[in-house]
Amino acid sequence: MLDLNLKAHRGSFHLNVQCSLAAPWTVVFGPSGAGKSTLLRLIAGLEKPDAGSVILDGETLANTNLRIHKHPGKRGVGLVAQRSALFPHLKVASNITYGLRNVDSPTYADRLKVVLDLVNAAHLVDRLPAALSGGEAQRVSLARALAPMPRLLLLDEPLSALDAAARDQVLSRLQEWLAEQNIQAILVTHDAADALATSAEVATIHEGKLTALGPAREVLAAERARLLSRLTDS
Amino acid sequence: MASTDSIDSIAGMDWQALALTLKLAATTTAILFCIAVPLAAWIVLSRSRLRAVAEALTALPLVLPPTVLGFYLLVLLGPRTPVGRSITLLLGHPLAFSFAGLVVGSVIYSFPFAVQPLIAGFSAIDSSLIDAAQLLGAGPARIVRTVLIPLAGRSLLTAAVLSFLHTLGEFGVVLMLGGDIPGATRTLSIVLFNQVENFDYASANRTAAVLLILCAAALTAIYARPRPTETGGNRSRTGNGSAETDEGIRHA
Repeated sequence: MLDLNLKAHRGSFHLNVQCSLAAPWTVVFGPSGAGKSTLLRLIAGLEKPDAGSVILDGETLANTNLRIHKHPGKRGVGLVAQRSALFPHLKVASNITYGLRNVDSPTYADRLKVVLDLVNAAHLVDRLPAALSGGEAQRVSLARALAPMPRLLLLDEPLSALDAAARDQVLSRLQEWLAEQNIQAILVTHDAADALATSAEVATIHEGKLTALGPAREVLAAERARLLSRLTDS
Repeated sequence: MASTDSIDSIAGMDWQALALTLKLAATTTAILFCIAVPLAAWIVLSRSRLRAVAEALTALPLVLPPTVLGFYLLVLLGPRTPVGRSITLLLGHPLAFSFAGLVVGSVIYSFPFAVQPLIAGFSAIDSSLIDAAQLLGAGPARIVRTVLIPLAGRSLLTAAVLSFLHTLGEFGVVLMLGGDIPGATRTLSIVLFNQVENFDYASANRTAAVLLILCAAALTAIYARPRPTETGGNRSRTGNGSAETDEGIRHA
């Protein structure tokens, strides 16, 4: 359960979000510039809100009144962004295990294998990021965020370099695995098809404000109708 | 100024002064690295408002006349200040007019030449890599060790060479703080000054040539290194578009 009460000003842009996200998989849908990435960065602790709080499973991660701002690495939150941001001087295996500290050797090896298999990247393990395609790099980046087993996974259009079929396949496996591990996930996208593809709760965001929250078919009814009419027209 | 009589001279070259100068430059560079790397990393990673003050202070020796710096250090490290008296008590001798004093002066005087390239190099590293390291639980020390240093190889080399060379050519601070004591504080630039003062232009020519060749060779070594190219490395694929990224790959 993620409780958000966030206010942040970035130049002329104002983000003002109050909501509780309880579903295991929530899609935040909105156009470019709506504040989706800023919202994720505030939850992850990479940016400080001007006012408000972030509470995950009853634990306060940030609270401006109490001057609490937990270090991003101590929040139990993973973030996968559109840019894979792999460490270019480390091989895939070292990139993925970068966040594994204080774990014993069997767990270390097991975790590496599990996440590599999950994103279908076992064959890339000895490569440097320079030798990966855009889609491969994004999958490795996803595996790197999963390896430390975060409590909350934030996905900022993380598989944009994959074609639609491959993206749906990875997302479907990921959704299943996260449910097994009891890891909550928030996926942001500006693509209505992505939002509708998953049986998720959907929050819509527009100009920094949450405008709706509920089941995908209800919240995105208008978007669904638009997509269907485009299909029938063609 | 001392005469050339005291100079251990072979064919006009003061080998003792050359050895002392190289020792001073090497010691200064090593100490500078220990201070400059964490400071530059703090300036780049921190959101503190004190960053601007720290940057201004580190750049100060660039604009201050060396004699001004030397004068203040001489006063600060002398017997009239608590700092100077404490150091004398600790070392058994004052820092002024000693090799240790020269090292202190050189470290301060060459500080910007170590810090500025490091700040530039660390700043050029894609901030998304630092974000990723933070999210994966890395603290500042681990980020410096595993991300900044490996990806800023060229800047580290530049900082080391510039610090070394700048110390080689120091004159004002050395003269003010160290004087001209053979084997202790007499560096090549002081020897050169003495030789010119004594109209020994042949020896001065040799001394100047040594300094010139050392500096030119070291700078050529820096500029001869291949520069990262716009299309190189993984810039286009992963978006890690920093100039230092490719450097990191070469070192891997």
